[in-house]
Amino acid sequence: MTEPRVVIVDDHKLFRSGVRAELEPLLEIVAEAGTVEEAEAAIVQQQPDVVLLDVHMPGGGGIEVIRRAGVAGLRPTFLALSVSDAAEDVIAVIRAGARGYVTKNITPGDLADAVRRVHDGDAVFSPRLAGFVLDAFTGPAPQPESELDLLTPREREVLQHIARGYMYKEIGLRLEISPKTVEAHVSSVLRKLQLSSRHELTRWATDRGLG
Amino acid sequence: MSTLRRDRSHGWLGGVCAGIARRYGVDPALVRLAFVIATAAGGAGIALYLLGWLVIPAGDAPGRRRLPTGRGAVEVALGTGLLLLSILLTFRGLGIWFSDAIVWPLVLIASGAALIWRGSAAVRPEPAPEVGVPGASANRPVETPAPVVSVEPRRTAAAVSRTGVGIALVIAAGFAFLQATGALDAARDVGLALIATVVVLGVIFAPWVLRLLRSLTEERSERIRSQERAEVAAHLHDSVLQTLALVQRSDDPQQVAALARRQERELRAWLAGRPAPGQAARLAPALEAAAADVEDNHGVPVEVVVVGDRELDPAVEAVVAAAREAMTNAAKFGGRSTVDVYAECTPGALRVFVRDRGPGFDPAAVPADRRGVRESIVGRMERHGGRARISGAPAGGTEVELVLESER
Repeated sequence: MTEPRVVIVDDHKLFRSGVRAELEPLLEIVAEAGTVEEAEAAIVQQQPDVVLLDVHMPGGGGIEVIRRAGVAGLRPTFLALSVSDAAEDVIAVIRAGARGYVTKNITPGDLADAVRRVHDGDAVFSPRLAGFVLDAFTGPAPQPESELDLLTPREREVLQHIARGYMYKEIGLRLEISPKTVEAHVSSVLRKLQLSSRHELTRWATDRGLG
Repeated sequence: MSTLRRDRSHGWLGGVCAGIARRYGVDPALVRLAFVIATAAGGAGIALYLLGWLVIPAGDAPGRRRLPTGRGAVEVALGTGLLLLSILLTFRGLGIWFSDAIVWPLVLIASGAALIWRGSAAVRPEPAPEVGVPGASANRPVETPAPVVSVEPRRTAAAVSRTGVGIALVIAAGFAFLQATGALDAARDVGLALIATVVVLGVIFAPWVLRLLRSLTEERSERIRSQERAEVAAHLHDSVLQTLALVQRSDDPQQVAALARRQERELRAWLAGRPAPGQAARLAPALEAAAADVEDNHGVPVEVVVVGDRELDPAVEAVVAAAREAMTNAAKFGGRSTVDVYAECTPGALRVFVRDRGPGFDPAAVPADRRGVRESIVGRMERHGGRARISGAPAGGTEVELVLESER
């Protein structure tokens, strides 16, 4: 299997080159971008598989990059990478279409692993994102008939384990399900996160101009 | 106190009645009643009162006027009007009478003026006199540091409405006078001319006034912006720039990493509007502060994720303390891997998980002299009605689970 081709988008040059140096031996890095425009150009030119996307950037941030790629008819997989831990920022970029969120203090090996996993179609949740999702899905659902607004007990359990620092494999062991089933639960949560009309989520998204 | 003094701290107007009552040890209400009766019977009461006010020296009580405001102010206004009326009626009784055109407007004006003056006096930033309870506060030695801020608008509103009523009374008096003297028709012409002038002037000057108002608003928001900028600059200087300076002077990579993480945490807390570590009164900041300490002391990253939050009480504080102990253990024996802390507050229970990826350990194999786990984690939780469970994770590492169930 070929390694995914990756574009790194971050407005901090130092951080970009750091990530590049760390990932270069593990993955194929095809371009770096420091602005929304550069990112758009790099995505159109290189047609990467995965875009490592900074949440906070001048000129609209990661959300704007996802939007422009969509306008250009390209749908690379986006993995959000940020120091920001404000729930609304992270949720907004996930709702815009990112397949996962990791924090910048992740180790290079874990980061490369996360890139491969989103490339394979999985969702990647950091403990922090799991916490945000649990927070957002606590409390009464706005439309009880919609399964999108509620987590199943199993999904909740999986998220709690992610928040406690367990890897998918370990969660599978603990809950006595296969890692693939864990993946399926996380992907289902991602789908709910993107489509649910829970007011916590929509409010966070509206605050970031997503409507 | 044997000499006769006006008692201004208990009196309503000049403290004459209260002073007399105090000197002779009777109820001030009786003295006041006597004055009222004297007033009704020929008006002597007023003259006597005024004479007393002039002649009797003020007592050494604090000079704060006891004249009540609020409901009291209305009574005073009413009283003033009635007093004036009684004076005028007294004059009529003596055969000196002015026309109705003067008498009734005068009474109205006196009442209105009393209201307006009380209104403007009440706005002074003195401690508010107790509304409608004259004399009740004399024994209160110190003004309670009352919720001044919340009381202020109400007081101001009351003062404004009083002043409004007063002005209405005075204007009504003016109209009554004009009506009675037949000058109202002329006044209407004058009024029309006045209104026309005002409208014309308004049309001419409105743009200019609007511009002035707008530039004032702009100036104000500009001032607020620059204040905010200055505040941000000050904060960055005290925090980030100081840390950067320290980082440049340090040769120890571990110390640099610790400095960077501490600064990152502090800045995040600031950006999120949470209180900085150290002033925590809720669970989430308290746990984060504990994690920060462990990180600084052991140089191992501690990731904290909190779902929900609640106020600290002794039991929750015990959970935080036990969690801190668990984090310390994880940092010490966890093989320098990241420590994950997850706390979940639900209405029924508080659960905290502290996990490392170290070699793991068997709690039963801990020697009895190692009191750390047994006392500070398990014992502490049990003393506060909770429980602690320490388990080896199937894929390696150790996890401490702290549970505190609410009695609710």
